[in-house]
Amino acid sequence: MRIVVDLNRCLGYAQCVPLAPEVLQLQGEEALAYDPNPDDSQRQQVARAVASCPVQAIIAELDPPADRTTK
Amino acid sequence: MITHPLVADLVRTFKAQGRIVIVGASLAGLRAAEALRDEGFTGSLTIIGDEVHQPYDRPPLSKQVLKGWVPAGNTKLPRMRAIDADWRLGVAATGLDRDNREVLLANGDKVPYDRLLIATGVRSRAWFNPEEAKLKGLFTLRTCDDAAELHAALKARPKRVLIVGAGFIGSEMASVCRDLGLDVTVAERSSASLVGPLGGVIGDIAAKMQRDAGVDLRTGVAVEALKGDAGGHVRQAQLSDGTLLDVDVVVASLGSVRNIEWLEGAELAAGFWGVACDAGCRAFDINGVVTDNIFVAGDIARGPHVLYEYQFMAIEHVDAAGTGRPDRGAQHGQPRDRTSCAPAAAAVLVRPVRREHQGCRRVLLP
Repeated sequence: MRIVVDLNRCLGYAQCVPLAPEVLQLQGEEALAYDPNPDDSQRQQVARAVASCPVQAIIAELDPPADRTTK
Repeated sequence: MITHPLVADLVRTFKAQGRIVIVGASLAGLRAAEALRDEGFTGSLTIIGDEVHQPYDRPPLSKQVLKGWVPAGNTKLPRMRAIDADWRLGVAATGLDRDNREVLLANGDKVPYDRLLIATGVRSRAWFNPEEAKLKGLFTLRTCDDAAELHAALKARPKRVLIVGAGFIGSEMASVCRDLGLDVTVAERSSASLVGPLGGVIGDIAAKMQRDAGVDLRTGVAVEALKGDAGGHVRQAQLSDGTLLDVDVVVASLGSVRNIEWLEGAELAAGFWGVACDAGCRAFDINGVVTDNIFVAGDIARGPHVLYEYQFMAIEHVDAAGTGRPDRGAQHGQPRDRTSCAPAAAAVLVRPVRREHQGCRRVLLP
């Protein structure tokens, strides 16, 4: 699974952090750090984190499109 | 606006049979390709990139990757849709033949195009002294290979890291070094950190934060020379205030240089500041005339900026390349984000090109 967080949009609401703590973490008080290539076992957590973001800054590719086969 | 049936027919034909070549396989190139397919382009799409890697996200390289949480190869960009492109990765474009409409590649191949998108971006500025640049232990940070090498060097616990330049990347790297418990010196020519992008007031606050975090920040100094040991590994740095610093790792964080060399001789308005284009991302030629079939996106695009009295500027920021949410504006009922160059370029690519001049409208066909 691949994700990217648009750090320009991210305002540090941190709604995503408790929903996917292994993937999205706060660095200091408001800077978000994330794992761009989380394990597929985190799928549900990532989907919830994406939905929780008030500014929709998290972009996730939960399933690869047909023409992308390599990890 | 009513489209003439003849024009509509040509657009339909181009969308089905046209050949679009994108030079640059990073964020702008990828998002442009996705936008093209979203707009209904089903013709041939070729993406050329000098790095062997699939498009990846660069911002994590100076943060999570350097710190060691995320491996350097794990920042590949999410794909928004299938793009069915012909990928030419690991081979740089070396020339542009506009007469024959071909991109020349480093391996001698020629890739023909009907429309071209230039998205070759920037590279990090190399150390100014070519002899010293060969020293082991001297790094720059732009690509994921750079990040992998620098991470390995930091993992070896150097006694002191010297970062030259306190811009965003330099400051982030200093932060990572402190997180890793490494001694780090930052040499900055201006009066504080981040003065260039954020100004003196915020710069002073940033400098205080860095010093409080244990960064040895030295302002108002330049690094004049690097000295290596017998094995060719950097060991000392000579500062302009006369200080000689013992260092094991030096990172040159000196800003970026635009990748325009391959356009030499193509007679486009390309130079130090980027490739000039209009608000619709169409490139200008050297006479200042807008081209019909060449477009520019991402870091290298230098177009009129609405917030700065339409000065021509290149915005080296991920936002200018379109971070990748095609529905971003649409869901709020707004037109597409204007700073997202790549989707804009892609939209133009599949529409008839129009020139409006002194009240007389001329339609240039694809």
